[in-house]
Amino acid sequence: MNAHINIIPLFVIIPLAGAFLTSLIGRFCKKLSDLIGNVVTMTLFMFSLYAVYMANKFQVLVYEVGGWRPPFGISLVLDGLSGFMLVTINLIAFMITIFAINYMEKFTTKWKFYTLFLLMLAGMNGVVITGDIFNLFVFLEIASVASYALVAYGTEMDELEAAFKYTVMSSVASIFVLLAIGILYAYAGTLNMADLAGYLSQIPNAIVIKFVMILLIMGFGLKAAIVPFHAWLPDAHPSAPAPISAALSGVVIKALGIYSLVRIFYNIFGVRQEMLNIFAFLGVLSLMVGVLLAIGQWDLKRLLAYHSISQVGYIMLGIGLGTPLGILGGLFHLFNHSVFKSLLFLTSGSVEYTTGTRNLEEMGGLREKLPVTANTNFIASMSIAGIPPFNGFWSKLVIILACLQAGKPGYALWAVVGSILTLSSFMKVQKYAFFGKLKEKYTNLKEVPVFMTTAMIVLAIVCIIGGILILPGVERLFIQPAVDIVVQGAKYKDIVMGALR
Amino acid sequence: MSIYFLDFILLSIGLYCVLRKRNLIKIIIGLIICEYAVNLFLILIGYKLNGRSPLFSPGMEIKNMVDPLPQALVLTSIVISLATTAFVIALAVRIYQKYKTFDITKIRRLRG
Repeated sequence: MNAHINIIPLFVIIPLAGAFLTSLIGRFCKKLSDLIGNVVTMTLFMFSLYAVYMANKFQVLVYEVGGWRPPFGISLVLDGLSGFMLVTINLIAFMITIFAINYMEKFTTKWKFYTLFLLMLAGMNGVVITGDIFNLFVFLEIASVASYALVAYGTEMDELEAAFKYTVMSSVASIFVLLAIGILYAYAGTLNMADLAGYLSQIPNAIVIKFVMILLIMGFGLKAAIVPFHAWLPDAHPSAPAPISAALSGVVIKALGIYSLVRIFYNIFGVRQEMLNIFAFLGVLSLMVGVLLAIGQWDLKRLLAYHSISQVGYIMLGIGLGTPLGILGGLFHLFNHSVFKSLLFLTSGSVEYTTGTRNLEEMGGLREKLPVTANTNFIASMSIAGIPPFNGFWSKLVIILACLQAGKPGYALWAVVGSILTLSSFMKVQKYAFFGKLKEKYTNLKEVPVFMTTAMIVLAIVCIIGGILILPGVERLFIQPAVDIVVQGAKYKDIVMGALR
Repeated sequence: MSIYFLDFILLSIGLYCVLRKRNLIKIIIGLIICEYAVNLFLILIGYKLNGRSPLFSPGMEIKNMVDPLPQALVLTSIVISLATTAFVIALAVRIYQKYKTFDITKIRRLRG
């Protein structure tokens, strides 16, 4: 169709090539692995901005892998939702690799971190752009296996235990997903998402579809850490080194869990009210359980991990409402949560880098010694708690308004209560870690090195100006195309098939 | 139909093993049983009684071919489960070196 289409497979090829090169060269030349990692993520970020532009211009672009036309071959599909996810993933990945230049110095095998991180990035980008449901599973597993190894990166007692729990639970989730895909194939005889949507829309009420839906909710729910399936997350995310925690909490649970749920339940199965009610209920359950468990935590990273569960609940609530406003709020909150949760984990990493502890009781008065860390952490905390004018406020406001508009004031009330509890929890972080009296053992602290502060400042700026994205006019550029694709529901198949001709 | 039912029982055995066993190695074996059950299910989708291989050549009539796609899917899924299994066994070895036990009730440093 046009030459721009060749950009689509690059999102998988570039990080895979980067991972390969790093694994070859990295062990001989340490500086080169830094360079490769950062150049790869920077290129991908540039390309993802271009991809959003393309998705706005052409609505849907379909790349046929190996020249085989869908539904026979694997197709890669770039649409508004994919473009939105690509920007989110690659922005966070870019900032994380910048942060890792200094932070990962304390580990001996830095190049292994870059190799695994780029593999995980390839998997996530692949999940987001694929148009084939089995291919989605393959990329899901690439990203998951890389993330298991990254959780175990420190190879101490805690890391190993957390990685074992995570691996077993996540593998069971993958088994459910594969079983569901197998049943779908046996039933419909196709694996292409658009084709599958076309077939399933003819027979919407078969009992086997309900069984497949339940398997998929279990599978992707485990990957996304929605509440009944959340037990692995508070162990796995804090155990990894800070840049990896930021990647896991910031983008992995969203690209593997929430994106897949949205794509499959909206665009393949079509919009079904009973499923949306389950999503919204699980969302409210997650946001309350997550925040209640977070309040009692004294380990900084564990507290942040529980807040991830809670914030994923907000996203699920917004998406589960099913109205265009709710989906807008959910997707906007997905982007915002990626930014501020990565920033929070990075600041917790720089606190750990300088003081050597994650326990809030042992900190205090760090604001004097670590001004950049303290201020960026303050911005991110206010953002996650939903204080205007930071970006978290706008997305929570949209979600709460959407609850009221959809006639569910009860859910809106829970969302407000959850937000207040989040605020109280982050007040505790501010009070114990950054305000108060400086402890004597910390009088010689210095601010973290330049690359770490750069990454934190950039993310903090995105937190401050993120609210702009939802202004009328600006939203058309980035968020609205994604919402349009989700709202289309099963009409997605017509759009994709239309793009092929 | 009964063969699908037997396959489902195999999957349930694997899940029971993952959920109830306390030994790390037994949990891994449960995981492997689950993966086998799902792979077997994929193979059963494509299977046909007295089917022939899906090769097309001139002068041959196309009938009763087995579906080749699930076989390709199973190969991919076997490779993936190989990677996961190798990783999780390496993890179990490292855990044994640190904790000197395979009992998950004694490997409980993270909680709360």
